[in-house]
Amino acid sequence: MIVNGQTIKLDKTRPLSEVLALCGYDQALVAVLVNDQVAPRNQFALLAIQDSDDLEVVAFVGGG
Amino acid sequence: MTPVTWDPFFLGGRQFHSRLILGSGKYPLPQIREVVEAGSPDIVTLALRRVNALGQANILDYLPEGKTWLPNTSGAQTAQEALTLARLARELGCGDFIKIEVIVDAKYLLPDNERTLEAVKLLVADGFVALPYMTPDLVIARKMEQAGAAAIMPLGAPIGSNKGLTTRELIRLMIAELKVPVIVDAGLGRPSQACEALEMGACAVMVNTAVATAENPPAMARAFALAVRAGREAYLAGLGPVSEATASSPLTGFLKSEPDPTL
Repeated sequence: MIVNGQTIKLDKTRPLSEVLALCGYDQALVAVLVNDQVAPRNQFALLAIQDSDDLEVVAFVGGG
Repeated sequence: MTPVTWDPFFLGGRQFHSRLILGSGKYPLPQIREVVEAGSPDIVTLALRRVNALGQANILDYLPEGKTWLPNTSGAQTAQEALTLARLARELGCGDFIKIEVIVDAKYLLPDNERTLEAVKLLVADGFVALPYMTPDLVIARKMEQAGAAAIMPLGAPIGSNKGLTTRELIRLMIAELKVPVIVDAGLGRPSQACEALEMGACAVMVNTAVATAENPPAMARAFALAVRAGREAYLAGLGPVSEATASSPLTGFLKSEPDPTL
């Protein structure tokens, strides 16, 4: 799979919440695009991520 | 002093008092709280960016509680990208307020008004309180208003330039004609310029770089807060007319002249 442009090997299909934890993210602080679709927060534990998926993981930063 | 004229304004059905909106960009995280406390805004802007897992810090931990967060769609070049960023921001649980930024011009960073209008339509349809940042243009601002924008945010000068209220005549028309609040966003460099925007009848101003690049950002945040308040009070007081010259003191009863019975 691709996470923020970096290729990471995903051994098997896993829920998004697990993928985020494996990648070291605090899921409370991030929002995620999966293949250009916004992943609803209440679906993090249900949404199945495969090795072919493309994830963008974003969070709030300072900005004007 | 009692802030008797610290009158509220409304955006998206919510009431606000401070007419200074502060950006949170360009600060080291430990400094943000002091700046925001000094400027005492009700609304603080944020951006969304890709983050790495390691060393992940939550900017909200560095900001005072009780503020309304106004995420922007910076980085969006199309209306659809703005919608995606807005939806991501909403998933972060900070409400429905969105400052729409759609910028293609890489040199002057001027908003693309046409795409911004398109983004207003998409975001309003998706339930957002849409606040479009735009290059001042009354004609397209009217269309944004008709499309449901909660306020219009024209730039005073190119973003981050600290050049001031260079677009004042165009903004003046927008203030006169639009029904929604006009919030001057971008380019203001000095508190006096923020004050002028409020004197003209702008609802509020948004400032980031002017504070962040000051030698003492917290002190500058406070200076902007005072200026904005002065400008609003002056607007409510009603500015006197401009003329060539009129004496402020009586023009009769001078030394060795006949006494004026009315004095």
